[in-house]
Amino acid sequence: MSIKSRKLSYSLAINEALHQMMERDPSVILIGQGVKSPWYVGNTAQGLIKKFGEQRVIDTPVSENAMTGAAVGASMAGMRAVVVHPRMDFMLYAFDPIINEAANWFYMNGGRIPVPVVFWGVINRGGEQAAQHSQALHAMFSHAPGLKVVMPATPHDAKGLMIAAIKDENPVVFIDDRWLYNTEGDVPEEPYSVPIGKGIVRREGKDVSLIASSYMVGEALKAATILERSGVEAEVVDLRTVKPLDVALILASVKKTGRAVVVDSGWKTCGLAAEVVAVIAENDLGRSISSIRRVALPDIPAPASRSLEKGYFIDAQNIVDAVMQKPDVRV
Amino acid sequence: MNRNKETAITLYRMMARIRACEESLIDPILSGEIRCPVHLCTGQEAVAAGVCMALEKEDYIFGNHRSHGHYLAKGGGMREMVAEVFCRETGCSRGRGGSMHLVDPSIGMMGSAPIVAGTIPLALGAALAAKIRNDGRVAVSFFGDGATGEGVLCESLNFAALEKLPILFVCENNLYSTHLPIDEIRVSRRIYELGIPFGEQSHRVDGNDVLEVHKAARKAVDLCRKGKGPVFLECLTYRMHGHVGPDDNIQGTHTDIRPPAEIEKWRRKDPIKKLERHILKKRMASPEELKEIHDQAEKEAQDSQDFARNSSFPKGEDLSLYVNKE
Repeated sequence: MSIKSRKLSYSLAINEALHQMMERDPSVILIGQGVKSPWYVGNTAQGLIKKFGEQRVIDTPVSENAMTGAAVGASMAGMRAVVVHPRMDFMLYAFDPIINEAANWFYMNGGRIPVPVVFWGVINRGGEQAAQHSQALHAMFSHAPGLKVVMPATPHDAKGLMIAAIKDENPVVFIDDRWLYNTEGDVPEEPYSVPIGKGIVRREGKDVSLIASSYMVGEALKAATILERSGVEAEVVDLRTVKPLDVALILASVKKTGRAVVVDSGWKTCGLAAEVVAVIAENDLGRSISSIRRVALPDIPAPASRSLEKGYFIDAQNIVDAVMQKPDVRV
Repeated sequence: MNRNKETAITLYRMMARIRACEESLIDPILSGEIRCPVHLCTGQEAVAAGVCMALEKEDYIFGNHRSHGHYLAKGGGMREMVAEVFCRETGCSRGRGGSMHLVDPSIGMMGSAPIVAGTIPLALGAALAAKIRNDGRVAVSFFGDGATGEGVLCESLNFAALEKLPILFVCENNLYSTHLPIDEIRVSRRIYELGIPFGEQSHRVDGNDVLEVHKAARKAVDLCRKGKGPVFLECLTYRMHGHVGPDDNIQGTHTDIRPPAEIEKWRRKDPIKKLERHILKKRMASPEELKEIHDQAEKEAQDSQDFARNSSFPKGEDLSLYVNKE
């Protein structure tokens, strides 16, 4: 079978995944605030109501706990619900259905009832939106057994991981970043899955491993280009799934380079970067590691003012500085 | 008459089974043989029996921490339930859940959980699934008066009404939220009124009168099946034991803080005795026949306990099974 590919934006790649899955499987539904409105969810939901009707594409009141719980309950009862949180800050209202119920249900009921639900949360930061409209909470979800957490960095992976998440028999947290929505890339027209739990090397290098996810992969690639000018060959590892981590891929890269800079769009303390560093530290790589650094958000709420935002969010230069062993001025 | 008799005897048998099973757990709890927290439903049997008998096997129910009665009334096996309370591999949740996590999807018992109000939106979702598929199923959410303090109940009432979902909200008002009497957790005792601002049909029934509960539940289920749901049903009842364990209200022993006169008043309203008077008055069965029902129930409870004791605990090496479905 030939696979036709063409350029598609990240947001339309998600839209295509939803169209194709809803077309093939009548049990797939989309529920959440703003699925009728481009103001909330961009063009990720475009055309879905027209094609599948308001029975299966449900715009909801502002009731994150009950709406997320309903998606969980529907999935226990034979549906495959995708529940969208256009700003993941509001997902905190839904911690009970996500963690107490969905993540535990299969285990605490002895494997009797699977919960094939997708919790889709959008990181939506910058633009002076301040502390409650900016948070990247993937580490919190990654902490709970029973949940899988994916963070696609490219349009190709956005489509493939959304399809994989919908097909998975377990609850999957799908986290994307609004800053990626206009990114274009090659996306096959056919439906396909990107395997959950598998990362990918985006750029080969021998001197240092830059390990990143989601939007940070692009910044790491930019950093690698800058570093090349100084004669440093950086390898860029895109985690794609943050729970479970692709431990083999991380270790293989660091074994090759002997150095790691782990980049994360979440906070530093108890974050994803800390987990990746721990994985590297507690495994015997058979060689010495010259340095491990974290580039993550400082333990500070997101500020509003542009003058403060500039020093808060991470860009390629922060990654270059970490590789060059300069102290992190933000911490 | 014949049908009324059949209904009354079936309800009587179910309540007798739940009672016998609950009471049989007291000794093993006190001796420490049962270690997981057990919330006995003695005194509240009429709600589980009356509601579940109005349902079909395919209908969904979701319970809470006090769900032995719900599970049995929906058709769950007593052996598998008692084995779960004993945390054995043969339990309905294979010893991974204990008393608070009872499940049997084959008869529509979709699970129970001690996070107060946590399963209300899950039942909402099951009702949503039924509506989308148009398969005629109804979902029931069982919760207590304590759950009325949780915001998710109001969120769920609103969405259910908005979407006209086939769901029956059953509040078992036993007047106590763990140790706190109802007057210390809310201004109004009229819990059923919660459904009214959302445009729901809301009723209060005597939760110790199983025939009344059953009649109200049948009417409610019928409305739900016709697309005229949701319905809110408050069942006024009382638990004859403590919040957790046979006589503890919270932790420790003999710490029940409820007034003895109040407990005595409710003992006289025992739902099984109430139905017994009705059956005998209407000559639906003889005292001997009713005794036979109790004897059978006690035998089944004993058999279930033997089954649990003879079952193995889950193997240590199986600790990580069921974290994810492969």
